[in-house]
Amino acid sequence: MSLLQSYVMRLRRKRHQVRAFRKHFSLKPVVNRTGKIRPGDILLFSTMRDEYVRLPYFLKYYRNLGVAHFLIVDNDSSDGGREYLANQSDVSVWTTKASYKNSKFGVDWLNWLQSKYGHGHWTLVVDPDELFIYPFCDTRPIRALTDWLDVSQVRSFGAMLLDMYPKGRIDAVPYLPGQDPVEVASWFDPGNYMIEKNRRYGNLWIQGGPRSRMFFKDKPTKAPALNKTPLVKWDKRYTYISSTHMLLPRGLNLTYDEWGGEKASGILLHVKFLNTFAAKAEEELRRKQHYQGSVEYKAYVESVQENPDLWCKWSEKYINWRQLEILGLMSKGNWA
Amino acid sequence: MSVGIIMLVHTAFDRAEQVARHWSAAGCPIIVHVDKNVLSGPYNEFVQALSDLPNVRFSKRHRCEWGTWGLVAATQSASRMMLDEFAHVRHVYLASGSCLPLRPVQELIDYLAERPQTDFIESATTSDVPWTIGGFDKERFTLSFPFSWRKNRFMFDKYVSVQRLVRYRRRIPNGIVPHMGSQWWCLTRQTLSAILDDPDRSVYDRYFSKVWIPDESYFQTLSRLYSRQIESRSLTLSKFDYQGKPHIFYDDHLQLLRRSDCFVARKIWPFANRLYDAFLMDPAGAMKRTEPNPGKIDRIFAKAVERRTRGRRGLFMQSRFPVEGRENGLTCAQYSVFQGFSDLFENFEPWLAKVTGTRVHGHLFAPERAEFSDGQTVMNGALSGSATLRDYNPRAFLSSLIWNTRGERQCFQMGPRDEIKDIEWDIAKDPNAQISVISGAWAVALFKSNKNFSDIRQEAARLQQTESKHLDVLRSPWAKARVRIWTMAEFIEAPMEPLQTIIDEIGKQTQFGLAEVPKMSDLTGFGQFLQNLKNQGMHPYLMGDFPVEHRLHEPNQDKPKPYLVR
Repeated sequence: MSLLQSYVMRLRRKRHQVRAFRKHFSLKPVVNRTGKIRPGDILLFSTMRDEYVRLPYFLKYYRNLGVAHFLIVDNDSSDGGREYLANQSDVSVWTTKASYKNSKFGVDWLNWLQSKYGHGHWTLVVDPDELFIYPFCDTRPIRALTDWLDVSQVRSFGAMLLDMYPKGRIDAVPYLPGQDPVEVASWFDPGNYMIEKNRRYGNLWIQGGPRSRMFFKDKPTKAPALNKTPLVKWDKRYTYISSTHMLLPRGLNLTYDEWGGEKASGILLHVKFLNTFAAKAEEELRRKQHYQGSVEYKAYVESVQENPDLWCKWSEKYINWRQLEILGLMSKGNWA
Repeated sequence: MSVGIIMLVHTAFDRAEQVARHWSAAGCPIIVHVDKNVLSGPYNEFVQALSDLPNVRFSKRHRCEWGTWGLVAATQSASRMMLDEFAHVRHVYLASGSCLPLRPVQELIDYLAERPQTDFIESATTSDVPWTIGGFDKERFTLSFPFSWRKNRFMFDKYVSVQRLVRYRRRIPNGIVPHMGSQWWCLTRQTLSAILDDPDRSVYDRYFSKVWIPDESYFQTLSRLYSRQIESRSLTLSKFDYQGKPHIFYDDHLQLLRRSDCFVARKIWPFANRLYDAFLMDPAGAMKRTEPNPGKIDRIFAKAVERRTRGRRGLFMQSRFPVEGRENGLTCAQYSVFQGFSDLFENFEPWLAKVTGTRVHGHLFAPERAEFSDGQTVMNGALSGSATLRDYNPRAFLSSLIWNTRGERQCFQMGPRDEIKDIEWDIAKDPNAQISVISGAWAVALFKSNKNFSDIRQEAARLQQTESKHLDVLRSPWAKARVRIWTMAEFIEAPMEPLQTIIDEIGKQTQFGLAEVPKMSDLTGFGQFLQNLKNQGMHPYLMGDFPVEHRLHEPNQDKPKPYLVR
């Protein structure tokens, strides 16, 4: 990388910081309990809209992993989710009616919250339909992982998005609040992922899984990206630039090994495909607030009407992280 | 006579206190060294917390940074204090705040009492062991390292290069032979006091203070001068990863640690409650009396290091994406590629599946779709047979296919009609590929087709050009695959021999040779067909020399079956 390129990246990073600052005026605090945050706490940042049904399990899951505080941006929910969150003692909530799209799909809001509250903490940025899995997550809290990353002088930890889906029609089994969504959507594609390197930012660009297989088989370039870097030891100079797919400075994107070895990595179980999905897809399409003119949702709505069964004979049923490790979807690296 | 414990502490004071109480309860005097980087607030609290124990002392504090002299200085002061203040101590055990005694302390005391003259210190010369990280083995003793590796990497590296450039070499004082080993030792009073009271100590100290990672070599080297009996191993279980950082033990290592039989383990995650409870609170859970043997744990940590440095062969995933040349193979297992066989033999695929018991696909890179075995549209791993998805990233397609079907050998057909341009080099360079080619066999399909001859001529020219380029790839010096190429004429001269060789190499030993042979297409008139192409100005040369006349080497239905080669 030449000096000029580095400088361009620096400007880009600064621009994102300015954006984040500009957009933060639209955030109105609902309840701010950030005074409770202690040094060393692991913080979770998320943005959501009308996700009430998922919240009870979401909070329970991450509390259980050892997340100390949740910082959540509510994008004008009308289903009572905001009030529910405001009643939780370890959650701080901001709300906004501003455009999701104009805030770079929530990135600007969270970048600002992270620079303000996340500096020096390990921060986890996940959507309400993402469950973070890492090596030994059944026996070791997330603090064990971040301590180990600290000792190893690693600042960011990658976790690929793994789309989960039910067997049969997506709307066949209703999902109930508080239920583990993986009980409903317990299947995934174990081995159809395609990886390329993004030379500009240094991150990997991963596509594939059931969405490529079913919705994007004729236009694979448009298939959604699955690479994510949700866990970062945050510094106020850092910014996410496209969802949690890419970060600046670029060094944070190097969550993979290029010399044949394997770095440790995790998985985000993406439990998007529940019975609530069809309605959500139609609404999102109407709002046109998603990436690439909501091309993703267009494809969903078309296919969802025809044949919503993502399951195939070679789908794998989720058991635990060790299964994902053996399948080669994530890795322990040298953490033992 | 008893064992004295030196504890080097810099963090997790609650755990350090808990362990100190454990040692103390068994009657071991303790000297605690707290890193000078620790603020006075936490330090005073810690001192206060341990003030009720009569046999705990705090030694002079030094600034300890990884790989620097401070750690040795801290150990020296603490040792001095131990020897001076507790006259009955015979063995001094060096431990850290994150060490955890795995066996009852009394067992350690008894064990050492039975070996009153023995120093337990891992100590080996640099030329004998490949332990060192970062390339400094001999050089760590002959260069000077005044800059911190952690805080001032730039100067560290530059200073090393400069010294290398001017061929600077430090003199090793008094002809001592540098040894190194684990920094966690257990020395006898005699040896330790001899080291501390050495008249030349200032010389040694000056020398070692500029050595790279002196805490792994100071005592390890000097104990060789005085010890009567050195047992070169550490009583502390401590595993290091490929960067030289210690592996950390967690709750789920409990069973592993119980099996270790070592006296002390390091390093324990401070929040591993189950481990601390099991080993400190529960004397009944103590283990049988056996010789310490850390070897049992080696495997699991050696594997972790290998996973990090070499990875799983043939796997491309979110945290393993090697640059070209570092893949250690594009694929994870051997597979076979057949070119021209299914053109020449009518029932080649079912025959091959039957004879070898492998998974036989059609043309995986066919323009319409990936022809998976048994007409499936999706394969293992939910890999889609869609041509668009496959051609979007053919490398990923192939490596995923082989990875997803680990344990079952894959065979597939290829030919000049397929979309091979983007994948042919990858296959040719893959040592796992076994490629068998009957060149020119694509003409058989044209020969049998019912197309206009001018179309056939055009198509033949195109296929011949593609295959010819493909053969250049297979014959290139970069090709690492196992490649066999026959011209069609050559092959049908004696088809069984090559088939037998290929099948044998796949590894399914047919004890009595091939019991069944695939049925060859009827080639009557093929020679004339080629001649017609030639007459049209298109010279088909890849199939070798076919005479126009129907000749003996063309398979004839009346003839008995060919003799089978074993």
